[in-house]
Amino acid sequence: MLRRIKAFGAFWYDFVIGDDWLVAAGVVLALALTYALSRTTVPAWWLLPLALAVLLPVSLWREARKR
Amino acid sequence: MGSSSALFIAVFLACVVEAVEATTIVLAAGTARDWRSATSGMAGALAVLAIIVAALGPAVSALPLRGLRLVVGALLLIFGLQWLRKAILRASGHKALHDEDKIFAQQLAAASAQARRQAGLVPDWYGFTLSFKGVLLEGLEVVFIVLTFGANQHDIGLAAIAGAAAVVVVAGAGVAIRSPLSRVPENSLKFIVGIMLTAFGAFWGAEGAGAHWPGSDAALLALIPAIAAFALALVAVMRRSPGGSGRHQTAVPAAATVAERS
Repeated sequence: MLRRIKAFGAFWYDFVIGDDWLVAAGVVLALALTYALSRTTVPAWWLLPLALAVLLPVSLWREARKR
Repeated sequence: MGSSSALFIAVFLACVVEAVEATTIVLAAGTARDWRSATSGMAGALAVLAIIVAALGPAVSALPLRGLRLVVGALLLIFGLQWLRKAILRASGHKALHDEDKIFAQQLAAASAQARRQAGLVPDWYGFTLSFKGVLLEGLEVVFIVLTFGANQHDIGLAAIAGAAAVVVVAGAGVAIRSPLSRVPENSLKFIVGIMLTAFGAFWGAEGAGAHWPGSDAALLALIPAIAAFALALVAVMRRSPGGSGRHQTAVPAAATVAERS
């Protein structure tokens, strides 16, 4: 039973989080910051593209360093 | 190109990739085991998927748009970045290319090694479950893409047509040639789909979080080429990094490399 629960959890972790947890954590943080910024008078649309421009190279660099 | 065209292309290409993977599994189950069991498994999975669509379709459409865009945007952004990351690693030589022939051979070897067991009307239970699981898992991704893209852009009909067209084209090709669809440029497709998922994810995620894009839906038409250009630049940089395929070669345009390696 425990093995099945673990396998179920591993499936969803792999499905949603994937190979690099940092990407998922970065996306959630960027969305939270976008929400916070949208409550002010400052435009918030630029934050996610900026987050992508940081997260993708960092994730690639982490993967390349492993090899 | 309007946002409806972008929606159609994104859903069609994403569903082509999933359909190619499902077709490879069904072909392996049919070739190595038994065609009747493999097609029964596929039909069973399609029936389950139809029930899921009937149950979830109206529910997804009824969700508040802002909440839907936030959750779906976050998920698409994570999926898109993971796809793009793998595609860049493949295109730059840091990761082996996705090879449908090799996957087919592995599936075939694994399926051939199993003992045959009849269960009820199914002549070969292993072939049935292999095909069922493959179609159900890949099909769930197709359903997720169609429902979320369609609901977010208020056009489930167009998304459904794009998804159905992809499945029909790929399944038709699979039935016609009865061998893995290795000539489909899957690595290039995954690169493009990664770009589309990331662009739509960023667009909807930001809107769901309360941001307003300059130009509204038209911002997508700037986001897609911008992400594509950035990803191609990263391929070029990664090729020159240690372990990259172009470290000791002369500079080759990254776009040409992505196509050539696929």
